[in-house]
Amino acid sequence: MAQGVFAITEQRDGELRKVSFEVVSEGRRVADGLGADLTAVVLGSGIEGFAEELKKYGPDKILVADDAALADYTTEAYTNVLAELIQSSDPAVIITGASAQGKDLSGRLAARLDAGVAMDCTEIKLDNGNLIYTRPMFGGKIVADVEIEGSPQIVAIRPNVMDAVENSKESAIEKPAVQTGDVKTKNIEMKMETGAKLELTEADIIVSGGRGTGGDYAAIEELANELGAAVGASRSAVDEGWRPHSDQVGQTGKTVSPTLYVACGISGAIQHLAGMSTSKYIVAINKDAEAPIFSKADFGIVGDLFEMVPAIAAEVKKLK
Amino acid sequence: MDIVVLVKQVPDTESLVQIGDDGVSIKTQDIKWIMNPYDELAVEEALQIKEAQGGTVTILSLGPEKTVEAIRTALAMGADQGVHICDPAAEGSDALATAKLLAAALKDLPCDLIIAGQRAVDEDNYQVAAAVAEFMGIPQISMVNKAEVFDGKITCHRTIEGGTAVVEASLPALFTTQRGLNEPRYASLPGIMKAKKKTVDVKTVADLGIDSGSVGAANRKIKIKALNLPPERQAVRMIDGEAAADKAAGLLKILHDEMKII
Repeated sequence: MAQGVFAITEQRDGELRKVSFEVVSEGRRVADGLGADLTAVVLGSGIEGFAEELKKYGPDKILVADDAALADYTTEAYTNVLAELIQSSDPAVIITGASAQGKDLSGRLAARLDAGVAMDCTEIKLDNGNLIYTRPMFGGKIVADVEIEGSPQIVAIRPNVMDAVENSKESAIEKPAVQTGDVKTKNIEMKMETGAKLELTEADIIVSGGRGTGGDYAAIEELANELGAAVGASRSAVDEGWRPHSDQVGQTGKTVSPTLYVACGISGAIQHLAGMSTSKYIVAINKDAEAPIFSKADFGIVGDLFEMVPAIAAEVKKLK
Repeated sequence: MDIVVLVKQVPDTESLVQIGDDGVSIKTQDIKWIMNPYDELAVEEALQIKEAQGGTVTILSLGPEKTVEAIRTALAMGADQGVHICDPAAEGSDALATAKLLAAALKDLPCDLIIAGQRAVDEDNYQVAAAVAEFMGIPQISMVNKAEVFDGKITCHRTIEGGTAVVEASLPALFTTQRGLNEPRYASLPGIMKAKKKTVDVKTVADLGIDSGSVGAANRKIKIKALNLPPERQAVRMIDGEAAADKAAGLLKILHDEMKII
């Protein structure tokens, strides 16, 4: 009978990604609820130090899959290695991040293991030993509670939603021999955006601009800079070519869950609201007092963003 | 180069989605149905590759009868033929069962490259394309915003957090689309006329050699227990003031002093 929880972590460029700690922490909570053991898995090359970092989040065991062929993520090598580790340990639940890597990996692993996946979950509930996964659908217009039949169950959790709670444990560390198998893809290079650009899906604060900016993002960037925030955009701003596609928040862009979302000159089209409605707090700034965005906001200011945004930036500066 | 594009029909992203009386499905009347926006990018990319290198573009879709509208749209854009898996036994299939059916249909199609949307914007599962690649035993590359096919290989820019990873794979392969890949064309009037004469092959679950006891709503691994609307927020608190500076100070008082968010 399958039992235990696997938490699949993620590393890039010599660092564990933040979602890894959320995955292990949520794994600890689920394992405790099921009265089961938690195994954290880390894959990479020359990654011994990661086990020490992961201990802080309380796994019972850490599997370190260390191989030169696992240095950078490829679907096939990671699926081959994980499928083998999973088949030999037979966990009931596998938790991963709903990151670019986790989204790519989950479907492939699910097909390999004949397992159901609950994708991009915002909550895992325990109900008499059953797990209920809460996941937004239709870009967040609807929230579904789903159960998965059979085992293992794969759950990918939305980054930035669940807390990473330190809960240190003297975890057992194992280094299994791995077979990366037949790999038909090759990583050529990584092209990272220059500067300290914050990733929208991982940001604590997002300042977002829409049609109301008329394409002028200087004030929004200045406020984002003062707040240590990422800059987002509505679809119309992206369609106008004012911002890159990677900045788009909404049903056909990124779904974000920051602590604070500041919507500037965004009227609040359904498809935009769908992408940011799980933000903890929403501030709306718009000239039009009737704009739909105000019905979804916690705090609202009616005013010209070109006056309001610099004024807010000036106030934030005063705090320093 | 023979290309197959996986297409799904979904509710328009501008539609309001309402929960049905059973509490576990959505109300489908009053919905405007469209081709999944990420699939439009896939069709466009396939057509551009075909225009540059020759070959064929086949549209493969699973869904009820009206799904043929999405297939016809793709044919009107310029695709050559369609395959429609249309069978009540397949309705309500989850991602894995859907992938199994699509992979079975793909076995009978000439195919060097499969292009699919990164996700369908209804259930947002991000799973079908990856599972199809696994069932076909071919490499997959996800969320691609630039693709080049050359000499039996494909090079893709896969979007990741904070940048892109450039990945090369041997063909046959599958990749999924990301916004920025291209600007999908509109179907022209002659295109729409021509599309009417193109064939759409209809397949049942039995035609594909799949056991109907392994697909469809009754055999989902993912059971929807309840659908809910997102929690309503408290009524908005409007921040008034004479000048912009007063309103800004009022907002900061709340965000910093009261709520300690910043």
